[in-house]
Amino acid sequence: MTSLEAVWRIESARIVGALTRFTGGDLDLAEDVAQEAVAEAIVAWPRDGEPDNPVGWLLNTARRRAIDMFRRRAARDEKYALLAQADSDGGDGHLWDPDRIDDDVLALMFVACHPVLSPEARVALTLRTVGGLSTDEIARAFLVPVPTVQARITRAKKTIAAAQVPFEVPDQADRKERLGGVLSVLYVIFTEGSTATAGDSLLRTDLAYEAVRLTRTLAALLPGEPEVFGLIALCELTASRFPARTAADGSAILLEDQDRRRWDRSAIRRGLAALGQASAAGRGLGPYGLQAAIAACHAAAPSVAATDWDRIVLLYEALGRVAPSPIVALNRAVAVAMAEGPAAGLLLVDEMVATDRLPGSYLLPSVRGELLTRLGRTGEARAELELAARLCGNVRERAVLLRKAAALS
Amino acid sequence: MAKYMLIMRNTDESLATMMNASMDQMLEQVGRFNDELIKAGVLVAAEGLEDPSDGVVVDYSGETPVVTDGPYGETKELFGGFYILDVKSKEEAIEWAKRMPAIPGSKSEIRRVPGIDEFPQDNEWVQRERVWREQTGQL
Repeated sequence: MTSLEAVWRIESARIVGALTRFTGGDLDLAEDVAQEAVAEAIVAWPRDGEPDNPVGWLLNTARRRAIDMFRRRAARDEKYALLAQADSDGGDGHLWDPDRIDDDVLALMFVACHPVLSPEARVALTLRTVGGLSTDEIARAFLVPVPTVQARITRAKKTIAAAQVPFEVPDQADRKERLGGVLSVLYVIFTEGSTATAGDSLLRTDLAYEAVRLTRTLAALLPGEPEVFGLIALCELTASRFPARTAADGSAILLEDQDRRRWDRSAIRRGLAALGQASAAGRGLGPYGLQAAIAACHAAAPSVAATDWDRIVLLYEALGRVAPSPIVALNRAVAVAMAEGPAAGLLLVDEMVATDRLPGSYLLPSVRGELLTRLGRTGEARAELELAARLCGNVRERAVLLRKAAALS
Repeated sequence: MAKYMLIMRNTDESLATMMNASMDQMLEQVGRFNDELIKAGVLVAAEGLEDPSDGVVVDYSGETPVVTDGPYGETKELFGGFYILDVKSKEEAIEWAKRMPAIPGSKSEIRRVPGIDEFPQDNEWVQRERVWREQTGQL
């Protein structure tokens, strides 16, 4: 990493944020001139030596480029004529305003995660503008071709301009919903990075860490939002299992088989602290906070058997109320089976089958097969596991299911 | 990601400047810097040390250790405190060090903190250390 890359990593969100405000909310232009400034620095810094104030250098260079653009566009768009005029006083004092820079970064997050964009576009734009990742890095992390990411980002910026999305932090009325949008983008980035089965695992852990970093930034900029802490807690507690979740050959190790001594206790401690912050608001936990609380039960338990399954059942019930989904219902059934025995769990799963929830998914027959196995109903269990294997798209998981089915004969 | 320690090293000159500085101003400058680290999500730990005159030095050059009261004669640069940051590279740690509200005349040293995973895992003492780190959350 060069010192320019280090400066960019630390400052990109603030540079692009300040420039977006400077350009009257033109994220596309702001990002372009920021990239041009970086390109210029790649040539100038090794030649002339690193400037004393690298951030000021980048900002000023980008600002000059922006003013050039204002002048060029002034003839056909009055907005740019006004911008070009307004800047005639020179100086960049108003560009880097310490009292506004935090809001600029926040506004940038909200714009990058705006609901007019497709989910993929939100993820790419957030990583690019807020996280400061290059298109190459994003492409590598998501295992998609570079031109795809480029196209996504270009289209996203055009969509934002066309929809005239204002560059601002949403007011209180829209805050909750829009914040939910930002959190879900950060969670998607984290989940993508925590998939142990695809791609270069080191690279993916970096992506997960990137999501944690951005969520921490969000928490520091927007204090008093319990769900932000809920998401930090969920990410930290999930990441605490990273060291224990893959075998030497790269295959995934299930929670029940993990060597819990290898869990990262520092991450658990940070996760529990964040969960404490989320609970301290006294408004009840949201979906991320509740999932974090479930993860905390696992983190505190020495083994699967010694886990507080009663509490996990209650937490899944609460989660089912605030964020109902068939997956949550199925997880609750599994927790009930652990707390009260397989028969109680099977009752819930059968109900799900009867009401056709999760149609076509291998998860339902796979859980059903497990519970039937535990009940000693081997014939039915084998049929269910084989059904699950037929429905399962993942080669590795299918092999596990078939092995379990074969073991029952 | 990697852990780096930013070690603050004071000299007589910087210590004298610090004595004359306004406490409020110093707290504000350090507070702002800490705030930046927190906002960037990189701060792991930070501590500052008490005045060196209250410390002692244990010297091992002789056959038995010799204890001397501080300050420490020939020593020109004294360890004053540290930050531990979780960053992507040494360059990023350096970039943060450049932003530290340091007192003129002082220095800071940047050193990577190796993780327990980098030591031979079959060594009994490394295994014991791992257990201690796991129990106290210092992995």
